[in-house]
Amino acid sequence: MNKAGKKVILLGNEAIVRGALEEGVDFVSTYPGTPASEIGDVFFKLSQDKNYRGYFEFSTNEKVALEAGIGASFSGLKTLVAMKNFGLNVCLDSLLPFVYTGTKGPTVIVVADDPSCHSSAQSEENSRFIAYAAHIPVLEPSDPQECKDFLRLGFRISERYKIPVIVRTTTRVAHQKMPVILGQMPKLGSRKGRFIKDVKSFVTLPPRVLEMKKELLEKIEKIKEFSEKQSVNLLIGKPSRQKLGIIASGISYLYVMEALKELNLSLPVLKLGFFYPLPEEKIKKFVKTLKKVLIVEELEPYLEKEVERLAKNTNPKLQIFGKNLVPEIGELKPEYVIQAMAKITGKFYNLQPETYDLAIKRFPQLCPGCPYWLVISAIKKAVDVKNVIFGGEIGCYMLFGNPPVNLQDYLSCMGSSVGIAHGIKKSTGQKIIAFVGDSSFFHAGIPALINTVFNKSNPLIIILNNRTTAMTGHQPHPAAQSEPNGINIEAVVRACGVKYVKTINQINQEEFVNTVKDFLKKPEVSVIIATNPCVFVAKK
Amino acid sequence: MITLLQIIAEAAMSEGYSVRTSELHGLSQRGGSVEVHVRFGRKIYSPLISQGKADLVLGLEMQESLRGIYVANPTTKFLVNKFIIPIPLKKPLSENEVLVGLKKISKDVNLIPAADICREKLGADVVSGIYLLSLAVFKKIIPLKPSSILSAIKKIIPEKYLELNLKTFNLART
Repeated sequence: MNKAGKKVILLGNEAIVRGALEEGVDFVSTYPGTPASEIGDVFFKLSQDKNYRGYFEFSTNEKVALEAGIGASFSGLKTLVAMKNFGLNVCLDSLLPFVYTGTKGPTVIVVADDPSCHSSAQSEENSRFIAYAAHIPVLEPSDPQECKDFLRLGFRISERYKIPVIVRTTTRVAHQKMPVILGQMPKLGSRKGRFIKDVKSFVTLPPRVLEMKKELLEKIEKIKEFSEKQSVNLLIGKPSRQKLGIIASGISYLYVMEALKELNLSLPVLKLGFFYPLPEEKIKKFVKTLKKVLIVEELEPYLEKEVERLAKNTNPKLQIFGKNLVPEIGELKPEYVIQAMAKITGKFYNLQPETYDLAIKRFPQLCPGCPYWLVISAIKKAVDVKNVIFGGEIGCYMLFGNPPVNLQDYLSCMGSSVGIAHGIKKSTGQKIIAFVGDSSFFHAGIPALINTVFNKSNPLIIILNNRTTAMTGHQPHPAAQSEPNGINIEAVVRACGVKYVKTINQINQEEFVNTVKDFLKKPEVSVIIATNPCVFVAKK
Repeated sequence: MITLLQIIAEAAMSEGYSVRTSELHGLSQRGGSVEVHVRFGRKIYSPLISQGKADLVLGLEMQESLRGIYVANPTTKFLVNKFIIPIPLKKPLSENEVLVGLKKISKDVNLIPAADICREKLGADVVSGIYLLSLAVFKKIIPLKPSSILSAIKKIIPEKYLELNLKTFNLART
């Protein structure tokens, strides 16, 4: 299995793990989130073996995961942090200064986007914005082989330029499988880091912080030069008679190659492995002799705008096609790219009409036997649902928004159900029940709970403690699976200053119903902790 | 379903094909519809099948098989498990409604009582997918050798369930 040179079918996320292991990663931290979850799952499994040489943790949220990683990097360890796109938002506050201080131990951050929101509520985020906000190098693999290769390249860039590097995937890359050629695993013993005081490098106190920014921008210039010479920015094919070229990266590149095959076209393609910094000279050279260029990218037209900017002086007459031919909302599909290329080349492509009239809509549902069904039934018995506002959140319980449950009047990000409930309470005084999961509570719910106490509002908060991070694949969290050693949620709630708290197993329907009725009348914030475990935890 | 993909991918790789798959995890697995793609051939780029370009749609549930219409064309073969998982608060579609829907696009629709056969002969309908896959290979609908699929099953299925799956494979041969 581990032999170098062997071909093994790997999921994109598994290939990322393999790449990190081949690099000899020391320290890995993550918070689970699809489509990045399997990275943590595989490392978790590895770390259960006492011979595993590295360190792994599921952190309480992505900000904490990154901060743990920053500490490891400052101590000289080779570090990997993984998260989904929304996790990047959570950790932004720590990320920007980290790019300023730079790394000591090489550090790669994996960020997984989910165009079309297959496994994401809240927004269709394109994490590329971070390149501009943070001046952090961003690499975009197309498939599992590249996931492994780009991860290793990320570590090399980080080592050479002392800067963290992002490897950005999307669902169709992270959850794609293909045979991957394995590399050599290094023979390393366990490594202990050492933090060596270096105020100039690690303290972002002004006025030093502005010097750091200058140093960062200089690094980026150097990495730009480096990226010009990298084969991951690859020119494929020869100039065509129609003087048309294509620029693509990530999964879009695979669709472009598919489209060329399908339409029997031979066109030059510039495949970009770097999103930031872009190999600008390479791009300029590519577009210089073209009449038309098609940029194929998912979501917002970041590359298109860059090419527009670069072409302005190099080739002002260049016709640039992109979002006028491929959609900005939702993931790309190969047929969209085939159609766009057919249109631009004047080829005829007959698309099979989509006869879909009989297909039926199937909403995701809570599992049979899920303890949340008991919470739902208790609430429907306790209150007239028309007169109560229900705050939703990220986790299995966001399915409360689907029929036949329909108990969700707003849904935003993790930890937000409580924060928003407070605002609604303060603004209206209407009755409100906010749901928050156990993992979510630790992730971002606690500051919001403290705020309801501090600023005096009285929503009813129901913490659904099913003892696991269920939605993403049953990862542990601070109160889960390690009881009695786990953190006691009720004690945390009390310590936040909440007076009306009850821990109830929702099997006791009558008690649950009566407590909901009672707590909704309280003049201060109240909390019910529902403790029946997830069916998958109960099975263990 | 992801197991079926893995088996086809392993078998295709063992026969020297270029192969890619695409699957979905997370929210989409919570009783929602799950659609997974596998492509193999001389040189494969896209892990997703383009609209109207599938050779075979394996439907593990009748109503869900209608979703396969998107990737189907008149020559696409449908192998569909004669099995219904009702949608809460909705009247399930009848066998005939499903057939009419699929036949609008494909000339080659086959409803197979895989769940019934597996339940009757093996006492378990969870292996319906393996049954349909094995059937497709023995009938040469999937151009891979039965022996490659068998090796892939042995490689991928955990020890605990292997015997049941091997029985299923052999059941499909007869």
